[in-house]
Amino acid sequence: MSPLLLFLLLLLLSVTGFFIGRRKAVSLAKKAGGTSRLHSLPVYYGTLTAFWCCLPAFFMFLIWLSFEQSIITWLMVADLPEQARALPPARLNVLISDIQGLVNGNIVSGEVTPLMRSAAEHYISLKGISQMITSVMVLVVAIAGMLMVHRQIKPELRARNQVEKVVMGLLVVCSTIAIFTTVGIVLSILYEAVRFFQQIPVTDFLFGLEWSPQMAIREDQVGSSGAFGAVPVFAGTILISAIAMFIAAPIGLMSAIFLSEYADRRLRSVVKPLLEILAGVPTVVYGFFAALVVAPLIRNSGAQFGIDVSSESALAAGLVMGVMIIPFVSSLSDDVINAVPQSLRDGAYSVGATRSETIKDVLVPAALPGIVGGLLLAVSRAIGETMIVVMAAGLSANLTANPLQAVTTVTVQIVTLLVGDQEFDSPKTLAAFALGLVLFIGTLLLNIIALTFVRKYRERYD
Amino acid sequence: MQEVLNKKNVEKRILAPRESRDTIGRINVSNPRMICRDVNVYYGDKQAIRNVSIDIGCNEVLAMIGPSGCGKSTFLRCLNRMNDTIDNCRVTGEILFDDKDIYDSSIDVVPLRAQIGMVFQKPNPFPKTIYENVAWAPRIHGIIESKSDADEIVETSLQKAGLWGEVKDRLDQPGNGLSGGQQQRLCIARAIAVSPEVILMDEPCSALDPIATAKIEDLIEELRTQYTIAIVTHSMQQASRVSQRTAFFHLGDLIEVGATEAIFTKPSHQLTEDYITGRYG
Repeated sequence: MSPLLLFLLLLLLSVTGFFIGRRKAVSLAKKAGGTSRLHSLPVYYGTLTAFWCCLPAFFMFLIWLSFEQSIITWLMVADLPEQARALPPARLNVLISDIQGLVNGNIVSGEVTPLMRSAAEHYISLKGISQMITSVMVLVVAIAGMLMVHRQIKPELRARNQVEKVVMGLLVVCSTIAIFTTVGIVLSILYEAVRFFQQIPVTDFLFGLEWSPQMAIREDQVGSSGAFGAVPVFAGTILISAIAMFIAAPIGLMSAIFLSEYADRRLRSVVKPLLEILAGVPTVVYGFFAALVVAPLIRNSGAQFGIDVSSESALAAGLVMGVMIIPFVSSLSDDVINAVPQSLRDGAYSVGATRSETIKDVLVPAALPGIVGGLLLAVSRAIGETMIVVMAAGLSANLTANPLQAVTTVTVQIVTLLVGDQEFDSPKTLAAFALGLVLFIGTLLLNIIALTFVRKYRERYD
Repeated sequence: MQEVLNKKNVEKRILAPRESRDTIGRINVSNPRMICRDVNVYYGDKQAIRNVSIDIGCNEVLAMIGPSGCGKSTFLRCLNRMNDTIDNCRVTGEILFDDKDIYDSSIDVVPLRAQIGMVFQKPNPFPKTIYENVAWAPRIHGIIESKSDADEIVETSLQKAGLWGEVKDRLDQPGNGLSGGQQQRLCIARAIAVSPEVILMDEPCSALDPIATAKIEDLIEELRTQYTIAIVTHSMQQASRVSQRTAFFHLGDLIEVGATEAIFTKPSHQLTEDYITGRYG
């Protein structure tokens, strides 16, 4: 029985469980004289039966699924002839993966020997047996669970409390998935980053002033420099993000204030969606806008003033990125300013404050936590943005604070390091993970700082 | 969000078009601070208040009572032009303050509101410290020039509002951290801080417990010596305790005005009598 069919069958069983559980509760209620004699509503007895039917069986299924492969492989290896098992582990692994390839119909590395063929057949039969065992076990557990609860259904059974406990458990599981994913991501980056730091000292990476990750693949190659100082790359990210925030924060905030406090309803209903369209433009489109329109414009106007501007500049990328993240700032700030209670505006107006005094001294401070949240979202967008920088700011890692020169950012470097053929034992490839790790730590710190700030200044309204 | 809220309030006050009813009782007083004549208020094309004429005397407490939706809060908000913040609200008639119509185009609403302060139904301290809640308004009006000015205004305002003793050791804590009654007194201190001449109170005690209410009522009694006060209230006991004159509103009309004692002992209009004896509303 295939896993999908088994799964559907389990679902069907649970639905049946729900109905028979509910029916028993209803009939019990009738005998006892009304639903009020039961501890819980009949639907809870049904749900409890369904839970007991599907959850234990499902978990068993999952556990079996995760161990199936290794158990079958182990059984198959145990059945191989003596001379095959005596092979060194590396060779044995090749043999096993060849046999598995044979089973799945993939190409194998060498010639197909009778030994492999028989092993593959053995493997297939083992797999069939395993699936049968799984199906039988899952169904038995499901039916047993269902019957057990069904027998226990009595007016005193606290079905609602148990159902609520199970639901709470499910909610906990769902909320931990995000956490575990984060932990998984961190661990995977950490693993590769540690391998990088085994080859390049941490201090060289963190404090080195030169970034030039070209490594020689063969001994005789030229042009390999292999300098892994991450400072220019991070400086580039900070420079471009700062330019972007310098554009987006004031413009976004001002437009939010205009929209929420000055614009009349009709204007607002037109302008706000228009602003939000900006957020929907693909970043690639912004990228070539930056590269084809903004960068030449800056270069030409720089030339008029006699300033030397490179054709790919941090300024162009930063400006366009700033425009891109305006809607994040404005839309979120507009929402939070609107959410400030009208009573605060009334209070300010009633002591004779002007509109601008009210906004400056009452509304913005009251909305500050939300505004900071919006700005933070914008910063993380700016730091994570890749496309615009690739197209408008270039790839050369200059350590400069001059926005008129080409710079590069962390995300761009990660992309360029990982594009194309890779060898995973070269520091060039592994450097991407080290960059990712430091970037991750950086944004994490930023988040923590912002959260502390928000918590400190959060005001209660009622 | 706010638009929806405003709309709701407006709809509550919509009245069927009809002739206004005459007011019973003496509307004028010997030394008026504000004079209202033929005030009409419209929300869009619906009329919420009809031809209300009444004087508010110097150093008196005028109570406005009436069933919900009768227009008393709307009328109160006309007196310092708080209705300006509602989009489709229109006011006609005359409201004289210092012999000038406050709806005249030459009047600047900002200093006007500093002269005619307001206290709201729900305490609404700013999300600032207690000190800043009081000091902010005088500062934006340029009344405060130095730190010592500010300290002085904060102390006297809080003292007048009867809150000084309770908060003098924690002026740097947020105003929202106070209890409901303390917050309301903080809002009164905030209104007093700009030295207004008239204080409008819109059901200032409806969110408070009896002890806090009693404190606010004592405070109103004290404030009367320096300020003119107009108060909207749903509690007839409160009206009879704190006010010298009472005005009864009904469906947008000012039905009856008179000395508080007279209104509550021998009302002239049947509607007034029904309302204060609890047979109506």
